[in-house]
Amino acid sequence: MNNTWKFGLITVAILGVILWLAIGGIDESKAYYKTIDEVKAMGDGELEKRLRVAGDVMPGSIVRDGSLVRFTLIQDDLRLPVIYNGTEPLPDTFRDNAQALADGRMATDGTFYAKRIQAKCASKYAPKEAGSDGAVSEVINNKAS
Amino acid sequence: MENLGSLAILFAFLLAVFATAASLVGGWKEKPFLVASGERAVYAIWALLTLASGLLIYALLTGDFRLAYVAAHSNREMPILYKFAAWWGGQEGSLLFWAWILASYSAVVVFSNRRSHRRIMPFVVSVLMGTMTFFTLLIAFIVGPFEVLAVGKLVTAVPDGNGLNPLLQHPAMAIHPPMLYLGYVGFTVPFAFAMGSLIRREPGEAWIHTTRRWTLLTWLFQSIGILLGAGWAYEVLGWGGYWGWDPVENASLLPWITGTAFLHSVMMQEKKGMMKVWNMVLISATFLLCIFGTFLTRSGIVSSVHAFAQSPIGNYFIAFLALAIGLVVYLILDRMDFLHSEARLDSVMSRESSFLFNNLLLLASCFAVLWGTLFPVLSEAFTGEKISVDAPFFNRVMVPIGLFLLLLTGMGPLFAWRRTSADSLRRNFLWPGVAGLALMVVLVAFGMHHAYAAISFGFCLFVGIVIVTEFVKGANALGKRTGQWMLPAMVELTRRNTRRYGGYIVHMAIVIMFVGFTGAAFNKELTIEVPMGGSFRLGGYDLRVREIENGQTGNYVWNHAKVDAYVNGRFLVTMEPERRFYESSRQSTSEVAIRRAPLEDLYINFAGTSEDGQKAVIQAYVFPLVSWIWVGSWMMFLGTFVCMVPSKVDRQTGRTKLVSTQIGDPSLDLEEEPAVRAGD
Repeated sequence: MNNTWKFGLITVAILGVILWLAIGGIDESKAYYKTIDEVKAMGDGELEKRLRVAGDVMPGSIVRDGSLVRFTLIQDDLRLPVIYNGTEPLPDTFRDNAQALADGRMATDGTFYAKRIQAKCASKYAPKEAGSDGAVSEVINNKAS
Repeated sequence: MENLGSLAILFAFLLAVFATAASLVGGWKEKPFLVASGERAVYAIWALLTLASGLLIYALLTGDFRLAYVAAHSNREMPILYKFAAWWGGQEGSLLFWAWILASYSAVVVFSNRRSHRRIMPFVVSVLMGTMTFFTLLIAFIVGPFEVLAVGKLVTAVPDGNGLNPLLQHPAMAIHPPMLYLGYVGFTVPFAFAMGSLIRREPGEAWIHTTRRWTLLTWLFQSIGILLGAGWAYEVLGWGGYWGWDPVENASLLPWITGTAFLHSVMMQEKKGMMKVWNMVLISATFLLCIFGTFLTRSGIVSSVHAFAQSPIGNYFIAFLALAIGLVVYLILDRMDFLHSEARLDSVMSRESSFLFNNLLLLASCFAVLWGTLFPVLSEAFTGEKISVDAPFFNRVMVPIGLFLLLLTGMGPLFAWRRTSADSLRRNFLWPGVAGLALMVVLVAFGMHHAYAAISFGFCLFVGIVIVTEFVKGANALGKRTGQWMLPAMVELTRRNTRRYGGYIVHMAIVIMFVGFTGAAFNKELTIEVPMGGSFRLGGYDLRVREIENGQTGNYVWNHAKVDAYVNGRFLVTMEPERRFYESSRQSTSEVAIRRAPLEDLYINFAGTSEDGQKAVIQAYVFPLVSWIWVGSWMMFLGTFVCMVPSKVDRQTGRTKLVSTQIGDPSLDLEEEPAVRAGD
């Protein structure tokens, strides 16, 4: 067997293993981005899917309940009750009116069980006055783009 | 003042266009005047951008809240250091910072090569200034740092600014972005030299020799930047993670990976004249990934915890990247004949092939990270559904690749160039291999059920022994000739071949860091509500919450918990994790308490008080071996410095060898270490 073959075989073997790991890894950790109305329209068959839902945290809705945290996400008057049961501490930016991204699964009762929360704060001074947006507001979900 | 700043940027842009064109035409038609004026334009651009940056910094320090940028990223209460750091704290300022660093680098390059590399310099300058044109275009026309706040038609100032994000008000965060930028921008220089010699069809490896230290320094900046980011995340984010595979983190890792591959594969070209195309591809990929990383953090195409605002500049980046990729691919394909290899691979069991597989693995990991980072974009484009992948994907792919790379780190030095005899393989591999395997067996026998962890520790021992053996063997041989003791001989050995032994020090640092990474397999954590005086247990620690205190400083309101830690009933330390609430940005942050120790860190976060206000919510963690990562980081910096020091050459032998290498390769840069080339 000449060298080209040897190198070829080893290379193919290495790349094959990596590809196999990658495909398995994607299956294991993929999460679908959904808006609240898409989540509401989902059938029972899709409860298995891991989802990422974005929205604003309804003011006054955050309630600590033992190790759980309950709150409500809103987007265009649609509301989604969320229970956070993850282990990481909630981010400091997570509070009333923050833009949050909940990562978890839907339950049959219409509650969303989140394992992870990411949040970005809405800004103090209104970017509209500045005449240029973007400089101030930080946007976590860019569905709109 | 804002007018002066904008004007300076505009002129810098015009001069960058001029410098690109003048150098290109001047180099092509061999017009010395055009070339010289192109080079002078570089200095002028540096002066203009320095002026603009100075004005912006002045506005930030004095709190000129008429400027949108100042209002958004600074406030009155902020310490001076962070006011200054606001220069690179936001979109517009950071792009100005980018351009300023590029201008500084370019000025250094032009000045230090004012008499050397005259044939390729015009093209080097035009590549540098082409990049400069793009960045000054952005800050001159698209996202100007000197925009004023205007309501209706009147310019107004807000009474106080928004302030820098409090999470970023941390010393590590003040220097983390500049380090990353120094790294990002720095790769433009070796790239420019590569392209310059490609355009000129310059024979030999002059561009690699000239830019070797430059590449190392850039790589060092990038490593420091990434590790500072990791250290900051560990200390500040409150959950003890130092790496989360966030898109922005990945963006900084990608060029670092290809840069690492480049540092290794150039050795193949220098010593054997192989992999010339590959090196061109690698340095180009590194440059493009640096631009791509800058783009990824600003465009908002992937959502990230710390991406900048969404903005219209994404399309400009895509256009620039497309143009650059097109040019690079054209140049390499068109000049393929001049990049042919001078040697062939003789055997799978050779130093050459270990370099080859090192590169293959690094590239595969780079591709995997890129794929995972862009997965939401790709899946939306192909299936219409936006799907993201996160840490489990990256860990699953990267952990095995990382372990394999670690193994290669140890195997490389054991292979000889060209081919290795079975006998010498057996001799070299036997003891380190046996030790590594034995450690794995012992760990598993004593109940370590984490397979990767056991493998990792085994590999670490194997590689560690190999590297130490290299030092000892070399020092022994040297000591016999010079009569020196072991330790002085090791120092002398390193000084004689800084590149090789500095490289080993970096490898050793990587081993130490891997020990630290592996510790993460044994993390322990607990979230609990505890009344005052109550206690709980985690790992070997008994933790008792004593009290909660409150207070206020100008910038924020704080309250902190006092937690006493006991081990086996003996008092160890009082930990004081704190929560802060920043008035100006209405944001709270946690200041965790960490007790660092070589074997494990105790890490406590005060998450808040319970609803009734009677109990403290405490998150406690034990992180084994984390400190090894930071120790390894320092060692890595040291090793890279050693690599950059010129090797000590015995004058006389040096000269004879220099002459002998010069015959074969007249373009060889004379200040490089001839002894290394001949003797290694």
